[in-house]
Amino acid sequence: MVMFWVSLLAISILLYVLLDGVDLGVGLLFGLARGDARRGAMLSSVAPIWDGNETWLVVTAVILWGAFPLVYANLLSAFYLPLIVMLLGLILRGVAFEFRYKTQRLRWIWDLSFVGGSLIATFIQGLTVGALVEGLPFTNGQYSGGEVGWLTPFAVLCGIGLCLGYALLGACWLIRKCEGEVRDVARRQIPVLAVGVLAFLVVVFAYALAENLPILHRWIDRPYLFVFPAIGAIAATVLALSILNHNDYLPFHMVALVFMSAFGTLALSFWPYMIPSVITVDQAAAPQSSLVFMFWGCGVIVFPLMLIYTLVSYSVFRGKVRASGGYGH
Amino acid sequence: MDITALLLSRIQFAFTITFHIIFPSFTIGLAAWLTVLEALSFATGRPVYRGIFEFWLKIFGVAFGMGVVSGIVMAFQFGTNWSVLSKMSGPIQGPLLMYETFWAFMLEASFFGVLIFGRSRVPPWFYLFSTAMVALGTTFSAFFIMVNNSWMQVPTGYVLENGVFAPNDWTKILFNSVVWSRFPHMLLAAYLTGAFCVAATGAWYVLRKIYHAEARIMLRMGLGLAAVLMPIQLFFGHLNGIYVNTYQPSKMAAIEGRWNDEQPGSEVLFAWPDVKNRRNLFAITLPSPFGSLIDSDSLTAKETGLNSIPQEDWPPVVIPFFAFRLMVGCGLLMLGLAWLGSYLSYRHRLAYNRPLLWATFLSFPLPFIAVITGWFTAEVGRQPWVVYGVLRTADAMTPFLTARQATISLVIFCAVYAFIFLFGTFYIYRLIRTGPARKQFEVPHLAVPNRPMSLADEELIEEPSHLVAGE
Repeated sequence: MVMFWVSLLAISILLYVLLDGVDLGVGLLFGLARGDARRGAMLSSVAPIWDGNETWLVVTAVILWGAFPLVYANLLSAFYLPLIVMLLGLILRGVAFEFRYKTQRLRWIWDLSFVGGSLIATFIQGLTVGALVEGLPFTNGQYSGGEVGWLTPFAVLCGIGLCLGYALLGACWLIRKCEGEVRDVARRQIPVLAVGVLAFLVVVFAYALAENLPILHRWIDRPYLFVFPAIGAIAATVLALSILNHNDYLPFHMVALVFMSAFGTLALSFWPYMIPSVITVDQAAAPQSSLVFMFWGCGVIVFPLMLIYTLVSYSVFRGKVRASGGYGH
Repeated sequence: MDITALLLSRIQFAFTITFHIIFPSFTIGLAAWLTVLEALSFATGRPVYRGIFEFWLKIFGVAFGMGVVSGIVMAFQFGTNWSVLSKMSGPIQGPLLMYETFWAFMLEASFFGVLIFGRSRVPPWFYLFSTAMVALGTTFSAFFIMVNNSWMQVPTGYVLENGVFAPNDWTKILFNSVVWSRFPHMLLAAYLTGAFCVAATGAWYVLRKIYHAEARIMLRMGLGLAAVLMPIQLFFGHLNGIYVNTYQPSKMAAIEGRWNDEQPGSEVLFAWPDVKNRRNLFAITLPSPFGSLIDSDSLTAKETGLNSIPQEDWPPVVIPFFAFRLMVGCGLLMLGLAWLGSYLSYRHRLAYNRPLLWATFLSFPLPFIAVITGWFTAEVGRQPWVVYGVLRTADAMTPFLTARQATISLVIFCAVYAFIFLFGTFYIYRLIRTGPARKQFEVPHLAVPNRPMSLADEELIEEPSHLVAGE
């Protein structure tokens, strides 16, 4: 039963990262784009999906609370300020999305909110993962890092890294969904972003070695983990080739594969911990009666239905969006 | 633990949840009203019902979007500010919130898609069915939230195990006796909110002499529904009083401003509770046994006063005392308006009675005030407990939360909410002002079920140039 909920949690987080990563990334690139037509096309490429994507963040939160209350309580309270800022960033950007074309004069406010919200949310998500990898200060099972215990150079580095990563994801999405100038600009941005991500990974790895982070020992214990970076490397190579060949569809699938292998790497190097070296999956799990109650009422039927619903929405929205038309008007 | 951080966390929770409840209490009622309209349209085939339906569907979209956005924060705030509570009650409150999220997501998101795209693609009966499913989804949401809150009011079906509340009987939790008076009370409150907003809109159009046919239907149906529901609501309110008196004597004593044990009890209608000296100033009181009659359905029952409860277990008396009276006052005003308006409407005189039309128009804040003060009574009255009798609010807070963190978060919450909701409310106002334009309804091409607000896309740009007098 615990494993069932671990899997659902993993699926939800992965879906959130992949799906919302796309529209957060487009939000980041939106800040670099000039001209209403280009901006409009970029927004059109994520307009029908962004809200559904964020649903997976809420799903992650309720699974965490219901199935792993100890982790929910510790994580959310330890990351107090960044989490609240991230939520409000997400809200602001969501509302900006809805309101920007209801006004001409004040559009710049909403555009600014959209870019700012995307940047803040992405940076904080990277920061959180970085702080977890490095290890949060805990004393006797309780967070003891104070107001900014999560603020380390390594965490900040991961925040920047994720901004590059989501932007890369977003650029590959734009190639897939758009045509004309938007696609061409995105195609030129990808090599820069990809090199940035690569440099980030090298620095992270060097830092982890230098600091002798405990998470590295997992790799010596479990050599099979190297299969994930291997998949990531192959995907990255195919990505590079597909950009050179001006292929519109492969890059997105490849960068998604890179993200999945990164996720797999991280998840398995955490295992069996949920908060590394402090709380394990079994310690965090809610009593059996809670897990079973959720299994029958939510997990076994409703969750698969939600997955199907997501698939259907994406298949309805397949293909290129109209190149012009500035966001539907 | 930081006392200032505790106070700020409580203010933050109160602020965000007060903002949030405005939208669901409106949309739950509106969803039910949409179902009724669609059923009428299905049964009679009159186009006017279709027009009103499509008008209110757009407003539903915006308000629903606001409710979702402000609700997301709630799911996280338990963890950020109340980590001890969320750790201890996670095994019970977490699953209930998960049911709420999952089920509501399924019903609302998928069938809302049909409401947007389906008019020409699905048979009319299925369209009606989808409307009902959206309404059912909002009702499920309300149900699980009420079960969740009722567990905090009257905890049951659990054992305290390794420092957490482990559920050992889910039927007791789901069918907690108080759920069945509190859930209908909330549901009726939402229906009344919808009814009064609809009636107020109708009254506004009549006063402005526009949309004659639609306005008359909105007025008649809104007030008529309220006239029927209001007495039922008072009955369920009374049942709620009985549960409070049974399970939460400290809350009841505060609501009633009752300081000493009385047998049988008297009833304070109005007073200024002087907490320091433990007495009421300027009290207007009905003699005994009215208090026992109201609180216990009895002529002789003993009613507990605050003096026989340790002061450390008192709620802040003044807030539940006045919040309760405000709620009842709004309720009685609504009852009067609904009955008088329905009577005049029955005699076909309502459209000419300008004072009553103005009163109806201006009455739209009443149900919102009643909902908010009702929740203040329930939640502040439960203090100093977060889970009544088991876990104190002060012990439930994140132990390492500092006042500075809480100040920063509260300030940005206020700023962002004010910013966003000012715009949201403004857009709803504009939609209502423009009214049910008589043109073929077209789906904005970027509208999708996941973006309820997008339904209103095309409408907001236009100025209401077509607002000439109706029939």
